[in-house]
Amino acid sequence: MKKLLNTLFINQPDVYLALDGDNIILLKDDEKLGRLPLHNLEAVISFGYTGASPALMGYCAERNISLVFFTMNGRFLARVIGESRGNVVLRKKQYRVSDDELKSAKIARNFIVGKIYNNKWMIERMTRDYPMRVDVTQFKEVSHYLSSIILDVRECEDLERLRGLEGQAAISYNKLFNQMILQQKDSFYFHTRSRRPPLDNVNAMLSFAYTLLANDMASALEGVGLDAYVGFLHRDRPGRISLALDVMEELRGVYADRFVLSLINKKIINKDDFLKKENGAVIMSDESRKKFLTAWQNKKQEKITHPYLNEKISWGLVPHAQALLLARYLRGDLDEYPPFLWK
Amino acid sequence: MSSKGYKDEDDYLMLSGIQHFQFCKRQWALIHIEQQWEENVRTVEGQYLHRKADQPFTREKRGNKLIVRAMPVKSNELKITGICDVVEFIKDDNGIEINGLDEKYIAYPVEYKRGKPKMNDSDILQLTAQAMCLEEMLLCEINMGYVFYNEIKHRVEVPITQNDKNKVRIIVTKMQGYYRRRHTPKVETGSFCKNCSLQHICLPKLMNKRSVKSYIEGKIHE
Ligand code: SF4
Repeated sequence: MKKLLNTLFINQPDVYLALDGDNIILLKDDEKLGRLPLHNLEAVISFGYTGASPALMGYCAERNISLVFFTMNGRFLARVIGESRGNVVLRKKQYRVSDDELKSAKIARNFIVGKIYNNKWMIERMTRDYPMRVDVTQFKEVSHYLSSIILDVRECEDLERLRGLEGQAAISYNKLFNQMILQQKDSFYFHTRSRRPPLDNVNAMLSFAYTLLANDMASALEGVGLDAYVGFLHRDRPGRISLALDVMEELRGVYADRFVLSLINKKIINKDDFLKKENGAVIMSDESRKKFLTAWQNKKQEKITHPYLNEKISWGLVPHAQALLLARYLRGDLDEYPPFLWK
Repeated sequence: MSSKGYKDEDDYLMLSGIQHFQFCKRQWALIHIEQQWEENVRTVEGQYLHRKADQPFTREKRGNKLIVRAMPVKSNELKITGICDVVEFIKDDNGIEINGLDEKYIAYPVEYKRGKPKMNDSDILQLTAQAMCLEEMLLCEINMGYVFYNEIKHRVEVPITQNDKNKVRIIVTKMQGYYRRRHTPKVETGSFCKNCSLQHICLPKLMNKRSVKSYIEGKIHE
């Protein structure tokens, strides 16, 4: 498996990014803020209205370093993608499968198997680790219910029905989410998912985590030669990275939700880290975004054993591993797409 | 079988692929069909040409020797193209006439390798393929070439034989077949995978893995 390199987050507005030899330099008002060798980087993610030189863009595109721009609030603006990596054959295969509802369903259901399986084991872990804090009976009930839905999903060959099953599973999992928040319960609670805009602290963090994960997923897919915009479960919609959202389904809970819960439960983030706008929208302060990104980076370095590959890799490479396995499946090397089944 | 409007040459395979193909057919396909490489071969060759841009046609004269570097070559018979690191032209009355020169010359391809001589014949076959290209382009016969190994700082004389030419033809035909079908073969993996720069893309272990079906069923029925 390839090595996980660093991500450079630029969290200060008005920084201009330029290329100098094999280095990236950060400029503010013509003053040099920093200089880093690019060969250690796998992604450069910039928040705020900054710019980058075409030379840097070209360098990154050519070497598959993802260069992405977000607004200060974490809304996606643009990603630099170079000449696509040769794989016309693979992409055509992807498009053909995407056009075929049955074939799409057979891949999509494995994303959902992964999602529900992982959420089930998150729930099981909570009952094991905190039997005094959570309603064990209710948790066990949901866990059993999810197990039974997985079996239905496994047989499902219809995309509409698959979305229905996924929805049912999500409702029961979401019901327990609030109980998984064990600390700072006054400022952190979860009722329902709100996205545009997030209306509470937890939703603000979930949105941010999903954005980062979706972006990592999209880069990983493009990196193995797939088109991040053409999905199987999520259908095409202009500007939507449907395939990235597809594959991300299985990682939402186990990667992003658990990450957000740990920030709250370990009190790394607290109520002062958020601002509430006049319209009720909650946004993270600059300071908290910095804490969030540092913790995100650390999480990526943590090692796990990939359940299918049986190989020790870091969490940060899981999107790449799944992208690779998906490409392998589309190419006919594997009998099915193997979801990331965490326990 | 040329389709109108397209140059056949677009489908020519890269000569340097012969060594990949000899090492592992899958490695060749990953590089030359799927272009799964950090820097794909075309870029590398392109850069190489670029760096030597002002050199390929400057002829370096040393006594009765004329040295030409980074010479692009191709064969319409084999449908391959590539670059000869060096072609040495030695003055010889039995040789051929070269454009712009008075005397006659015999051509010898020289291939540079970073390592040391290998047990297998991939270097020899690559050199033979280069010789076959030169024969076609210069209308001459080449019966000798050299491989320079940097590790031993020494060039090894390689006779260009009919036998090796036949081997090249067979290999190239196989390569064309895979290429036409855009087929990446699964292969027997082995200890040679340890020396393969594409391991992290190929994941050789994956090819001997249990089925995904049994992986999923096993997990969800635990
Ligand atoms: S890892 Fe092994 S099987 Fe895969 S391309 Fe390399 S040599 Fe071939």
